[in-house]
Amino acid sequence: MNAASFIPLLLALTLAPLLPGIINRTKALFAGRRGQPFLQTYFDLLKLLHKGAVYSRTTTWIFRAGPMLGLAAVFMAVVLVPFGNCPALIAFPADFILFAGLLGLMRFFTVIAALDTGSSFEGMGASREVFFSALAEPALLVALATLARQAQSLSLSTILGQVSGGHWLQAGPVLALVLIALMIVLLAENSRIPVDDPNTHLELTMIHEVMVLDHGGPDFAFILYGAALKLWVLAALVVGMIVPDTGTLWLNLVLSVGGMFLLSIVVGLVESTMARLRLLIVPQLLVGAGALAAMAFLLGLNK
Amino acid sequence: MTLLLLAMAALLLGAAASLFLGGSRRNDVSVVAAALVGVAAVLGLIPAIQVLAGGPVLQFRCPWPVPFGEFFIQLDALSAWFLAPTLLLSALCAIYGVGYLRSQAGKRPLGPLCFFYCLLVLGMTLVPLARNAVLFISAWELMAVSSFFLVTFEHERESVRSAGWIYLVATHLGTGFLLVFFILMDRETGSMDFTVWAAQGIHTPELAGMLFLLAVVGFGTKAGFMPFHVWLPEAHPAAPSHVSALMSGAMIKLGIYGLMRSLTFLGAPSIWWGWLLLCIGLVSGVLGIVFALAQHDLKRLLAYSSVENIGLITAGLGLGLLGVSYNQPLISILGFGGALLHMLNHSLFKGLLFLAAGSVAHATGTRDTNRLGGLLKKMPWTGALFLIGAVAICGLPPLNGFISELALAGASLKAITVDPAQAAMAGMLALVCIGLIGGLAAVTFAKAFGIVFLGEPRQPVETPHEAGLAMKIPMVILAAGCVAIAFGAAWLPDWIVPIASRLGGLEPERISAQVQTPALVLAIVSICGLALVILFVAIALIRRGLLSGRTGGAADTWGCGYARPSARIQYTASSFVQPVTTLFRWLLGAQRQLQRPEGFFPAKASLTTETPDLTHEELYRPGFLKINWGIAKLRWMQQGHVQLYVLYIAVTLIVLLAWKFR
Repeated sequence: MNAASFIPLLLALTLAPLLPGIINRTKALFAGRRGQPFLQTYFDLLKLLHKGAVYSRTTTWIFRAGPMLGLAAVFMAVVLVPFGNCPALIAFPADFILFAGLLGLMRFFTVIAALDTGSSFEGMGASREVFFSALAEPALLVALATLARQAQSLSLSTILGQVSGGHWLQAGPVLALVLIALMIVLLAENSRIPVDDPNTHLELTMIHEVMVLDHGGPDFAFILYGAALKLWVLAALVVGMIVPDTGTLWLNLVLSVGGMFLLSIVVGLVESTMARLRLLIVPQLLVGAGALAAMAFLLGLNK
Repeated sequence: MTLLLLAMAALLLGAAASLFLGGSRRNDVSVVAAALVGVAAVLGLIPAIQVLAGGPVLQFRCPWPVPFGEFFIQLDALSAWFLAPTLLLSALCAIYGVGYLRSQAGKRPLGPLCFFYCLLVLGMTLVPLARNAVLFISAWELMAVSSFFLVTFEHERESVRSAGWIYLVATHLGTGFLLVFFILMDRETGSMDFTVWAAQGIHTPELAGMLFLLAVVGFGTKAGFMPFHVWLPEAHPAAPSHVSALMSGAMIKLGIYGLMRSLTFLGAPSIWWGWLLLCIGLVSGVLGIVFALAQHDLKRLLAYSSVENIGLITAGLGLGLLGVSYNQPLISILGFGGALLHMLNHSLFKGLLFLAAGSVAHATGTRDTNRLGGLLKKMPWTGALFLIGAVAICGLPPLNGFISELALAGASLKAITVDPAQAAMAGMLALVCIGLIGGLAAVTFAKAFGIVFLGEPRQPVETPHEAGLAMKIPMVILAAGCVAIAFGAAWLPDWIVPIASRLGGLEPERISAQVQTPALVLAIVSICGLALVILFVAIALIRRGLLSGRTGGAADTWGCGYARPSARIQYTASSFVQPVTTLFRWLLGAQRQLQRPEGFFPAKASLTTETPDLTHEELYRPGFLKINWGIAKLRWMQQGHVQLYVLYIAVTLIVLLAWKFR
């Protein structure tokens, strides 16, 4: 734990809501619209925090606890992820198992909060969410474990610090495959196209958005902020693999924040150029991500 | 040791008292039995904890007039590790039973149930203590037979009787393998004494391998390895809930104990042993959870989930053995330690879940998840406790399930980073399966909790009521145990590492430096868990501050404009897991009967899905039909004439004599 690690934490907490803004702006540009302001998510959060909340009579305390626990879990996940070659605030061997566990906890409570409403739409979203993430989780673990073998270390901070250096020259194909797998996991876990469409207005086709239909006011603000943070931590993994260590803290941070913005633009590009996959195809995509990561592992086995 | 003998005496007294009071149709008998089991548990837990805390190994032997037998019991750390949760769970389930059986009192005599319950606890106490093969087999059989009578408590139902028979056959087939195992050991070492076996070891790899296989099948049948698990999903739902909790939480673990104990007899493990256990464990884990999520019967779901957890424990054992084979002490310690810890954790949260499921069944009269719903409002305690068990069993932080899965994942990760490549492959295989199992467990328990406790009641059932105090207290204690292990994780290595290093045959000096990192990691994880709780409380306070004084309100759930919502349009248990069951349909062989709505004014439509056990349908049923068919060929010998039977006996004797003096 060192003092410099607090800077990435502050960056995550303040800049995370900017990422959805960039994605949306990219999509708007592609569609020929001017689009919403970059800071739209911040405005939404402020507005929601000032509202009251209406609760369904079917719901119980689970419905109220879900968003709060989800936000707490993703806060802890932020603390575990290194950024800009700056080690995470809490780093220890096998910390990415805790990272995956925290994301799992967040998801579990989002899902049961959705089931708490008794709505068939939210049940549908919940059912899809648990299914897809059950397939995405092994892919994430295999990808990170492959990196762990490459870096001969079990802690995210050391792994990403090592990999982003000269490793790309020695083991380029391995890292490229892992990168693709992580990218697919990022899109799936953050309910982006091609797995989920955050824009649709038809509840039948949505996954994440439909689970939170009944939340409002501060609860919904927690959910929005939590989703932005989740996008930030997974994007930080991808960016952490690529951005090299320049040796200066400030330059590293600037490069990484730039990388995060660039990655958001890439996500926007994917969303603008692709259609959402049919739900029956999504498992194949996720298993494919796992298979890519496993292939990377096998490739990297003989060093 | 005196305390342990006194504990056994208390259990025998409990059994005798149950017989004496058995005729009465009042609930007194279960109170008396619970009190005596409680006394026995306290008496037994004291020495168990002393031994675990580093005290000397206790032993007691006295002659026993059984051929080859000796009443030789010994309490070492491995035995104590299994004895402690067994006794704790036995006492808690007995207390729960007092509340649970109250509605049964008056309908049927409870004496036999309490009698066999005490005997089961006695058997389960003796199994980890016995150091003589004959004593071990006797205790093992005592455990098997008494639990058979407990499973068939509600014997007037046909399904219960058939479940009982499946259990009895399965457990005795397992015992058959154990008999062969012990006889071969006796032939090899010339003794029935476990301490002699452990001291001598087996030095021919072929023989050791065969003995290992016998132990895997024999003990694996009790533990519930795939494909020997077939009795679990039958027997657990059939038994009264506190008995299912005890069987799932404690009895099947003794199969794991037997396997661990056998490993200490067999000398240095071959590499394939580790691989075999790893593969059995991972297959049981993945298939167990896939079958669990397809079940609609709450207790059947929990039974399959036990198969999954036993799979995780076995995979940990396999990783531990591989660590020994590849000379990686840290992998061994993490694998064996993870297996031991997961065993303890599983007895806590699975006990809790079965008891909570029992409260649901007790309150509503059904275990069918598709008929339940919205119980959290009527049963807030049971619901919250079930949720704690569900989060723990999914291996989610911050509860105890996460700690043991972290140890298992840590063993796999350590294996991934070492050479040779085979070890790395084993680690990766384990990690993928642990990830998949975790994800599917979240599906299963989101369904189990979400469908049963949340939403609106799907069908009118009996007016549900909260569990009584006698049922609530044991559940609260088990949930507290789950929380305590999670936040006290930093102290676990002190207790577990000595046992794990003994299993791996490692010298304590060699590993003490290596286990410092895992111990530190556990401490950090506990702190993270604490931080998570603090963050949650902080966010909750912020939310309260924000919402205070604002206008809120209550409304109906948003139905996308549909004006006449009803409880029947909710997602059901079947529909919730439909995507997963479709993905695994080649494996599950789920049967669905669909009656589509027809015509312009469709009146009637129905859909039923059911997932029978694959091995039961494809392997055992045809197999036993074949055996039946073969035996039927010999039916001509059975004529009903006594003279003929005497002739058979005489002929057999003559043939044997001729063979002897050949």
